[in-house]
Amino acid sequence: MNVFGFKISPSSAIDMDKVDRARFEELCRVEPDAVRCMACGSCSATCPASAFSGMSIRKVLLMLQRGKEKDAFRMMRNCMLCGKCTMVCPRGINTRHLILSICRIYDDKEGKQ
Amino acid sequence: MKEIIVIIGGGIAGLEAASQLLKLGYSPIIVEKSDHLGGHVSRWNKLFPDMTPAQDLLSELIMSSKDANIFLNTAISSMNRLKDSYNIMLSNGISIITKYILITTGFRLFDASKKEEYGYGVYDQVITNADLEHWFNNGNDGRIDNSQMNAIGFVHCVGSRDEKARNTQCSKVCCITAIKQAIELKERFPDAQIYCFYMDLRLFGKKFEDFYIKAQKDFGIHFIRGRVSEVSENIEGKVIVKAEDTLAGKPIKVTLDLLVLMSGMVCNPDSTRTAGMMALPIDSDGFLKSSDNVFHITSSPKQGIYYAGACTGPKTVPETLAEARSAVLEIHSHIIGKE
Repeated sequence: MNVFGFKISPSSAIDMDKVDRARFEELCRVEPDAVRCMACGSCSATCPASAFSGMSIRKVLLMLQRGKEKDAFRMMRNCMLCGKCTMVCPRGINTRHLILSICRIYDDKEGKQ
Repeated sequence: MKEIIVIIGGGIAGLEAASQLLKLGYSPIIVEKSDHLGGHVSRWNKLFPDMTPAQDLLSELIMSSKDANIFLNTAISSMNRLKDSYNIMLSNGISIITKYILITTGFRLFDASKKEEYGYGVYDQVITNADLEHWFNNGNDGRIDNSQMNAIGFVHCVGSRDEKARNTQCSKVCCITAIKQAIELKERFPDAQIYCFYMDLRLFGKKFEDFYIKAQKDFGIHFIRGRVSEVSENIEGKVIVKAEDTLAGKPIKVTLDLLVLMSGMVCNPDSTRTAGMMALPIDSDGFLKSSDNVFHITSSPKQGIYYAGACTGPKTVPETLAEARSAVLEIHSHIIGKE
């Protein structure tokens, strides 16, 4: 039996040339603060869902900007809307409101999974 | 008799020092190796954080130091110590005897072609921060095609914090310069996507953080945390940049029309040469070594020799000007103390 070998796996690389920015731009129109994240991680550290599900609004925002909308939306479904992330964000981003806007903008087009 | 003070280097530190020394009634002599005053700043366009035109600062400095003796196109041939003073031989044959020397020889820009993987000097679409600043000034650069500007990238820390490039130090000003230049390019090309590839963003100075937030919020500059690993060219003559988006934990690639390398500050070989003549110590980063780095940054271990500006390490323009004034005050106190 061949113990060594590799199989073809889909690339997880980000190709910025192929990112469709339309929906993120739509999000930024209602939530201008969406681009102000500096990836400090305060939100994920305080998130009660994070430890169980890997939920992180920081990662969601990044994935949306890197064209990984499906992954982002899947992660978002772990949010319980408790709003602790809003309290700790040093840049004062209203993350709770932002999450609701993401749900609204991405949900109808992405389709419920 | 008016005390003579020799200033080596006619950049902004040298000019500011000369202007302050003149106000105190001394007689400064500026020795400048090139054919113009102002050093690096003479080729820059606008200065952060207020976007002051570099030319305004420079003309003011040149105006206020115009009564100094200025030797352009002049190098130091040799220097030797007499009993309580120094004898300096200039390349134009003039010799000066002085008790006070102020070294303001500044920095040199890291040669970006040493980082071959970034393709400076190989691909036409790759330029440096200094090239971009000159282009802002005169609009002449065959490598920049105004009609084709859809995506632009900035690589932070080129030749800085890089042990292999033999520069472990942070060049301090490149983070804010990249953000400043990214905003300026976005203003010229509003439809272009602009990416900054960074390891850390070190926005230490007054108003710098505001610049960062403005770049994100008002100009939509994309910040990608990860050091660019390689640059290649595609068949259409654009450059492809590869890095890891370390925040996403995934490799990332983007095709660009222009890539700007933020070359760091390294020690000026002329500083080292001048220091060698007087056996002045060189620090581990290659810059001149101050007596200490807290209380006596402008003092050398040799009596009568002082430093100001980027010859002792990377500095911003306001820091350089402040150091020039500080060195002048030290010289002044020393002279007064002896009378």
